[in-house]
Amino acid sequence: MQTSRRDFFKVAAVGGVAATIFGFDLKPAYAQLKELKIARAAETRSTCPYCAVGCGVLIYTIGDKAKNVTPQVIHVEGDPDHPTNRGTLCPKGSSLEQDMLNPRRLTKPQVRRPGATDWQDISWDTALSEIAQWTKKTRDASFVEKDANGRTVNRCEGISFIGGCTDTNEFNYLVVKAMRSLGLVYLENQARV
Amino acid sequence: MSQASTEIIRISGHAGAVPGAGLNREFQVCKLVDTTTCIGCKACEVACLEWNGYTFTQTSFNNSYQTMPETAWNYWNLIKFNEHERDDGSMMLLMRKDQCMHCEEPGCLEACPADGAIVQYANGIVDFQEAHCIGCGYCVTGCPFNIPKFSPEAHKVFKCTLCNDRVSVGLEPACIKACPTGCLHFGTKSEMKELAEFRAEQLRDVSGFADAGVYDPAGVGGTHVIYVLHDAKNPELYGGLPKDPHIPYSVWLWKKPLKWLGNLAMIGGIVGLALHYLRVGPKKEEPIPPEDRGPS
Repeated sequence: MQTSRRDFFKVAAVGGVAATIFGFDLKPAYAQLKELKIARAAETRSTCPYCAVGCGVLIYTIGDKAKNVTPQVIHVEGDPDHPTNRGTLCPKGSSLEQDMLNPRRLTKPQVRRPGATDWQDISWDTALSEIAQWTKKTRDASFVEKDANGRTVNRCEGISFIGGCTDTNEFNYLVVKAMRSLGLVYLENQARV
Repeated sequence: MSQASTEIIRISGHAGAVPGAGLNREFQVCKLVDTTTCIGCKACEVACLEWNGYTFTQTSFNNSYQTMPETAWNYWNLIKFNEHERDDGSMMLLMRKDQCMHCEEPGCLEACPADGAIVQYANGIVDFQEAHCIGCGYCVTGCPFNIPKFSPEAHKVFKCTLCNDRVSVGLEPACIKACPTGCLHFGTKSEMKELAEFRAEQLRDVSGFADAGVYDPAGVGGTHVIYVLHDAKNPELYGGLPKDPHIPYSVWLWKKPLKWLGNLAMIGGIVGLALHYLRVGPKKEEPIPPEDRGPS
């Protein structure tokens, strides 16, 4: 069958009009779902730093922990495998991402000298050696070798130690060893969780 | 939902039945909010903000623990605190997680005039497609639960998505995961319905709440967020939960009879015009009478 140029145009025009009238729509029929923002992000287990319950959290960071990536937190949620909270979190724990990304978060040591009203920056080296000096001084001043009945006790009553809930079993073991070696008796490390 | 579209129903050259055929898979998802075990900690509010990437906004104090009076375009999940005095004079704090109910027959979708701005997925989630939203705000009038909120900055309307980005890959919504008392549950609609009925029965028989029941309003075809209430006969106590929600009659009138009447009037006009032309013909210019002519 021969089709002339004129017939071809006629058929094309009629076909086009018919397709438009009968609702031939080239727009995709599906809606655009938002992509899962943590789909391939690195997942790191950690412990919530707030209360003594010690809930497990999953911290999602950009990249897949490859060498050349500097991780940045993108999301934090509960760890479903953690026996304490099994994935749940309280409102404070749910806001952990903002704790880590907060511009007011302290990332270096600071000191407020006796009588001073302001905090000042201090280097880690200075901070550690000052702590060592004060520890030595306080221990020397408050060390009790014998109690009132003359029994040897070797106690250091001038210093106490407070730990946090993110401290692991292993860390707490070392802390107790170190503090007991100084003679400390006032120890609190939230190890009951 | 993504599973539903790729489930195998026929296999070529395969001896025997299709593996998995005849299974009773349900893809309708549902959130169950047990208001009787909510402690009002607001972990769901924070988890919602955190997952959806909204920052904390200024809150307002209105002699209540409630974060703000209503949900906002960037605050989709709000615990409503309601002080209720019981018959014996004792106080009771009724707390209800307010968010999009994901109705089976959504009023927002019914009222929306923009092509593809509101969609309903096979799993029951009603989702706003901001790219297609024209910001007319008709969905706000169409919703019986006062959920869609207009953003003056974006000139578009926003609401809870039931975390469809999480649900589509098999995860639970962020609010459900966070809830520390386990008053929020997530699963298929039938499982949640069963769990809710069980809990309501427990409340009636053991806890002494004779009117305890499940809120899954039939007026909007059922919802994909259902509540267990201490007093299912008075849902208004829980921060104005409507007793019998339905799509507003104005929306129905506008979308059904008025729309067709309008179309009919338009076609009638064109037909009348054509008939008039055929019967009377074009208007002829009449000669102006001489007395009407002005002085020349």
